[in-house]
Amino acid sequence: MANITPYSSPHYFIYLLLLLLPIIIGLWFGKRFRAYDFFATVVILITAFFGGNMTQGISLLCYVLYEMLLVFIFLSYRKKHNNFWVFTMFVLLAIVPLVFVKLDPLLKNQTISLFGFMGISYLTFKSVEIIMEIRDGVIKKITPYEFGRFLLFFPTITSGPIDRFKRFQKDVDKVPSRDEYVELLHSGVNKLMKGLLYKFIIGYFFGTLLLPKVQILAMSYRYQAPLGLSWWVLAYMYVYSMYLFFDFAGYSLFAVAISNFMGIKTPMNFDAPFKAKNIKDFWNRWHKTLSFWFRDFIYMRLMFTIIKHKWIKNRVTIANVGYVALFLIMGFWHGETWYYIVYGIFHAIAMITNDAWLRYKKKHRESIPSNKFTHAFAVFLTFNIVCFSFLIFSGFLNTLWFS
Amino acid sequence: MDEIKTKIVDILKDVTGLDDAGQNADQDLFKDGVLDSMATVEVLVNLQDEFDITVPVSEFDRSQWSTVNKIAQQVQELE
Repeated sequence: MANITPYSSPHYFIYLLLLLLPIIIGLWFGKRFRAYDFFATVVILITAFFGGNMTQGISLLCYVLYEMLLVFIFLSYRKKHNNFWVFTMFVLLAIVPLVFVKLDPLLKNQTISLFGFMGISYLTFKSVEIIMEIRDGVIKKITPYEFGRFLLFFPTITSGPIDRFKRFQKDVDKVPSRDEYVELLHSGVNKLMKGLLYKFIIGYFFGTLLLPKVQILAMSYRYQAPLGLSWWVLAYMYVYSMYLFFDFAGYSLFAVAISNFMGIKTPMNFDAPFKAKNIKDFWNRWHKTLSFWFRDFIYMRLMFTIIKHKWIKNRVTIANVGYVALFLIMGFWHGETWYYIVYGIFHAIAMITNDAWLRYKKKHRESIPSNKFTHAFAVFLTFNIVCFSFLIFSGFLNTLWFS
Repeated sequence: MDEIKTKIVDILKDVTGLDDAGQNADQDLFKDGVLDSMATVEVLVNLQDEFDITVPVSEFDRSQWSTVNKIAQQVQELE
């Protein structure tokens, strides 16, 4: 039996809803059955990770135990001391498994990524969050059970959205009232339907039906246009962008819907990203839980350190250094290929340019028109810049130029 | 408490360069665009120095720090 990727096919939902039924009935009557929750988690983990030769499952278990060990050693250390370098060492140790997994394709050596399994990034985000919050004194106590339950919460295990420990804890420790739960079921069903439409209909249309055709056409015209950039590459850019959004937004809706059925208000990942009026606005709407994670745990902390130690005086320079650091790290996180790194740099430049424009606009407020046409233009421009960045991200330019 | 609030308003004015920043103690500073990430960090650094507290930089729940009144509340708890 092979591993079953959560939400990858419509039938998955039939089995999943059967598995969830006792949880839903329990919550309806105001009860959480801890033992059953545990059982359901085990079932999902087995189907998702222990198919075939079980390597993914074993990696997952080792990974969770390793992160748990780090968190609890750091927690007991933090009760008495608070050294910056010790903290940094724990953060680095927490990301070591992920770094290995990400480096693997580069080294073409499958053996070093002992910890490779689907969703390792998302579990690492959660673990690092916990270590950083223990450092900040926001998390003062956490039990191994709570840690495992947060990390292995199955609706979001493979691809997020990335919840935060304290927020998750608040939901999971209580049972919603009947009214609240009816509301949650209602929003869950809505999201599930919208997710099915996004992923299995619109996403399927763009990704499975259209994309391969456009790709073949773009490849067949590659010698007729400078740098191979025929109009079909432009078509590829838009089709890929639509596919990326509908597929991922659909998946994220499933994860939030299933969480809602379990009485957990997992945060949403997308908020009409193509309506963004500038690139900053875009990142507040696209893969929000990831961009907020990067904002809170990388950008803000880096800014804070730079300002506190007065390493750089100029405000604009500090913000720009922060953007470059954030988006480079995001690029490297996506994978060690030139196009992910370029994608990161491209977004850093877009953010820096956007900030400069906003500063200019603030100074010349009277002379710059602002009406519904300028707004429409801003949305159009942002959309195209974003789609262009997705063309870089897709790796298609790599195929076009170097294959 | 009022002394804390006055200090917070001074910090806000300093950081944002807006004379009316924090005028209304219940104004949502994030929603109204008074504070972006950068300005937020500057405010946090200033609060840390001014009140000699350690602020949580990351899981700083925005809804708990969104107005002058709420910031004052948080500062008092951390002091």
